[in-house]
Amino acid sequence: MSIALGIIYLIATITFVIGLKMLGHPATAKKGNLISGTGMVLAIIGTLFLQEKVLETGEVVPLFKTVSIFVYSLIISAILLGSIIGWFMAMKVKMTKMPELVSLFNGFGGGSSLLIGLIEFSKNVGVDDANKASSAIVTTILSAIIIGSITFTGSIVAWAKLDGSMKDLRLPNYNLINNILFLALVAFGAFIVMMNTDSLILIYILLIASLIYGYLFVAPIGGADMPVVISLLNSLTGIAAAITGILYGNMVMLVGGILVGSAGLILTFAMCKAMNRSLSNVVFGAFGSSGDVAVAAVGKTGGSIKKTSASDAAVMLNYSTNVVIVPGYGLAVAQAQHVIHELEELLTRKGVNVKYAIHPVAGRMPGHMNVLLAESNVSYDKLVEMDDINPQFPNTDVVLVVGANDVVNPAAHTDPSSPIYGMPILNVENAKNIIVNKRSMNAGYAGIENELFYNQKTSMLFGDAKAALTELVSELKNM
Amino acid sequence: MNELIAFLSDNLELFYILILAIFIGVELIKNVPTVLHTPLMSGANALSGVVIVGAIIVMLQADPTDYLSLALGFIAVVFGIINVIGGFAVTDRMLQMFKKKK
Repeated sequence: MSIALGIIYLIATITFVIGLKMLGHPATAKKGNLISGTGMVLAIIGTLFLQEKVLETGEVVPLFKTVSIFVYSLIISAILLGSIIGWFMAMKVKMTKMPELVSLFNGFGGGSSLLIGLIEFSKNVGVDDANKASSAIVTTILSAIIIGSITFTGSIVAWAKLDGSMKDLRLPNYNLINNILFLALVAFGAFIVMMNTDSLILIYILLIASLIYGYLFVAPIGGADMPVVISLLNSLTGIAAAITGILYGNMVMLVGGILVGSAGLILTFAMCKAMNRSLSNVVFGAFGSSGDVAVAAVGKTGGSIKKTSASDAAVMLNYSTNVVIVPGYGLAVAQAQHVIHELEELLTRKGVNVKYAIHPVAGRMPGHMNVLLAESNVSYDKLVEMDDINPQFPNTDVVLVVGANDVVNPAAHTDPSSPIYGMPILNVENAKNIIVNKRSMNAGYAGIENELFYNQKTSMLFGDAKAALTELVSELKNM
Repeated sequence: MNELIAFLSDNLELFYILILAIFIGVELIKNVPTVLHTPLMSGANALSGVVIVGAIIVMLQADPTDYLSLALGFIAVVFGIINVIGGFAVTDRMLQMFKKKK
């Protein structure tokens, strides 16, 4: 490697660390992202033109002099093609579809690692024993293939499930099957290393088995747990990139990959904590889809619900002092972020103190709701995090719950048999009045009944979030 | 086994860096507010696209007549760069929304 390229990689590595650090603070996040992006572009350009090659004579020449125009134009066209696709996807995506997109991008990263592993292994085919790659190198290649494949199909399954195009799949004893398959994968990989074989057939078997494992690993996990899975897969893609880095002794890949790997793991645990679940519970528990759990819980609630109309709700809001809005994913699905912002501004002008209560896992991934509300210009200081808003509920006149369900379900406190028991929630039941906007009485994303709806203080405002809120706004304007 | 030990001793710095990078990653992310979790996840995701560097190296080293390797390498580069460009672009788009009002 030339010294110039070495320095470029060093700079790129530093931008990754600084960029990631700056991403962690609201004021510097945007700049941080640009900094690490610049570092990445530098590393790519450097790799393209500054690699060196040692000739058989021992002479060191720049690699680009030995590579044909044909190969270079292939690489450049691949970069252009991928950049256009990536840019287009990033600009077109709706903010509600963010988790799907992150998951898809992640799958691409994993796919890249597995392809590199495949090519590197094929270089070994037909080479005589003296020049064969060492078993350590083969181990690295196989790890890249296995982890890359798992993240590739795993991410695609996660995307399909979030998108609603795939249902949960539970084979009988799926945990046992998955664990056996995983152990078999590792054993098979070890076997290939031990045999010192260059059989491509064996590699293709390993590849297909890893792809299937990635599918089976994510398939049984319920939709509500998907954010944790995406974060975990993200972390794995980083590890796959780092392993490929070890293969080439390439520091920027190693450090970049490991940073993502460890950061992704921390985020994964932070999310598990927000849901009061352990990682193994998420991966092996397979709760979180509408299954038998919901059926069991139905009998317990029952009771009668109280319906309200937009005009009654408007009166109630108009004569309140403190109003807290609890937005959920349903709000975003109905594209009602702008209307809720209008409602909030209207109430504020009427002298009502309005805040938003944001649960850590509101939306489909942590912090998702903040992004969605920011998109419709809701001011940052109106968003209050769970721990800060919970003590304020007893002084709140009206809580308006729009499209949220599980994050306000009191069963998390009261019902030890509930699957969400122990999850920290927004204690809206402490407020003086509660208005819940929902389309119907269907259970939430996690498939659990919510006794909040049967609370005496609760009135239900049925209807599509956008339509109901628009009606609410026009009623308020007439007062 | 001997090969493994040889590999370890030949690449010892690599493992120092590996361990230190793990700790840096943990420290960097530890106290990030929930507000930023989504952009952080997509930003970190973009970083994992660094695998594109490997994909380019693989293509540069490939035999120009080895069409299978070149084809696979081509897809690897496309996948990697989608991850990089898409990841950084979408993170920037999200953060733009946080920024515009204050």
